[in-house]
Amino acid sequence: MLSLAAVSAGYGSFRALFDVSLEVEAGEAVGVIGPNGAGKTTMMRVISGLVPLVSGAMTFDGRPLAGLSAHRIVERGIAHVPENRRLFPRLTVEDNLRIGAFIAPARARIAERMAWVYDLFPRLKERREQLAGTLSGGEQQMCAIGRALMSGPKLLLMDEPSAGLAPLVVQQVFDLVRRIRAEGLTVLIVEQNVQQVLEVVDRAYLLEVGRIHLAGSAAELKDNDLIRRSYMGL
Amino acid sequence: MDIYLLEAVINGLLLGGVLALLALGLNLIFGVVDVVWIAYADLVMCGMYMVYWLHVWGWPLWAACAAAVAGVAVLGLLVHLLIIAPVLRAPPINQLLATGGLLFFLQSFATLLFGTDFRNIGVRLPIIEMGDIYISFARLLAFGFALVGATVLYVFLKRTYLGVAIRAISQDREIMGLMGVDQRRVYLVTSMIGGALAGLGGCLLVLQYDVHPFLGNTFGPLIFMICVLGGLGNMIGGFIASFIISQIISIGGYYYSTEWAYVLAFTLFIVLMFIRPRGILAR
Repeated sequence: MLSLAAVSAGYGSFRALFDVSLEVEAGEAVGVIGPNGAGKTTMMRVISGLVPLVSGAMTFDGRPLAGLSAHRIVERGIAHVPENRRLFPRLTVEDNLRIGAFIAPARARIAERMAWVYDLFPRLKERREQLAGTLSGGEQQMCAIGRALMSGPKLLLMDEPSAGLAPLVVQQVFDLVRRIRAEGLTVLIVEQNVQQVLEVVDRAYLLEVGRIHLAGSAAELKDNDLIRRSYMGL
Repeated sequence: MDIYLLEAVINGLLLGGVLALLALGLNLIFGVVDVVWIAYADLVMCGMYMVYWLHVWGWPLWAACAAAVAGVAVLGLLVHLLIIAPVLRAPPINQLLATGGLLFFLQSFATLLFGTDFRNIGVRLPIIEMGDIYISFARLLAFGFALVGATVLYVFLKRTYLGVAIRAISQDREIMGLMGVDQRRVYLVTSMIGGALAGLGGCLLVLQYDVHPFLGNTFGPLIFMICVLGGLGNMIGGFIASFIISQIISIGGYYYSTEWAYVLAFTLFIVLMFIRPRGILAR
């Protein structure tokens, strides 16, 4: 479904990604793990068109993605839940969801999608008139995921959904990921919380200093010595 | 209560409506595009000339006004495309110079076309008598239309997708693309709405004041001051500040003279800038 082939990218003269190749098949959940500053967020931003790629190729459903601006990529069916959630703090929860349905095909089905998101996250329905900036961390993450779902994506990109949340809430967030998978969405998730993310994904890649160092099924990576030592503290 | 003071308060209220409309337009553009259109009041002047000439050529007033609103909306679009878009990523000082250059361009161009004559549209609207109070119908009309304009804008911002995007964009510019929003389109639409509001302001002012090429020099600083007082980009703050400033001008004008009233208004502005540098409604 999504394919990155030898993608390099960066900011100005600074290169953050080197020859990254990665595949996500329809229906899969794929994780990208790695330390801070490995280029995980940059990779997500390259996929959704916020950072231009320097070289390499990127396709989605067999059609090239490179060079499209971010709003066109949303129209192709990729939604991005950004790092730190990035809600519009002075808009209500409902307005945040509405703006997620900005693209024309999503507007046509907004009532149905809104009901679906409220069904997935009943807490958001209770808080619909509240300003997004006043929500708790976990609720904000629900709202950010809900906002992304409003565009009706085929692929959901999640950048560090558990970052900055209390341990109990982290558990809830990974439960959310499971529920989204159950809805039939394909998910690409970037996480530092390696132990937890390997419980919800099928496969994962290890990204270090801008390069893919390891790839394998979640089960394989859970047994890998390097991963166990460096990322799980075992 | 002193009947003339009451009249001054009412006139201040009516003036405040038009100022509020123009402050909304300038704030809207600043909030969305993040550029201050120093030449905003000169777009109002262009609108006044449009109404004036179309009316002189025999158009009915309502048609001339409708054409002026549409005309200045297109002008707003052109200002964005030709002047703002190329300097969007430039330092703020360059943006200021670019829109400042537009101010001189519009004033000189109007002088070249129409000379420096003060022109009066010559529409005589009745004066309304309420007991001993006299209220100009033109001002009442202006106030009414300004409120209608502000209400339409409010409903647009609250109820439409583009309106939500306009409210969101100043809160997180970069993320808009991830929402499927094309920023350039939001900027264009905002510039058009800002232009349309300036055009409407022009229609309302041409019924009360003579039009001349340097009219923007009177209203420009006033609108800018109101926006800063309310907090640049803060529409509700600008709305409230409009009525504060118009009351000071009107009541000050009653007790002393209009000139002193302006001195008072700007002094209060400077003092308030020390007390609340980010505007009266600063968060």
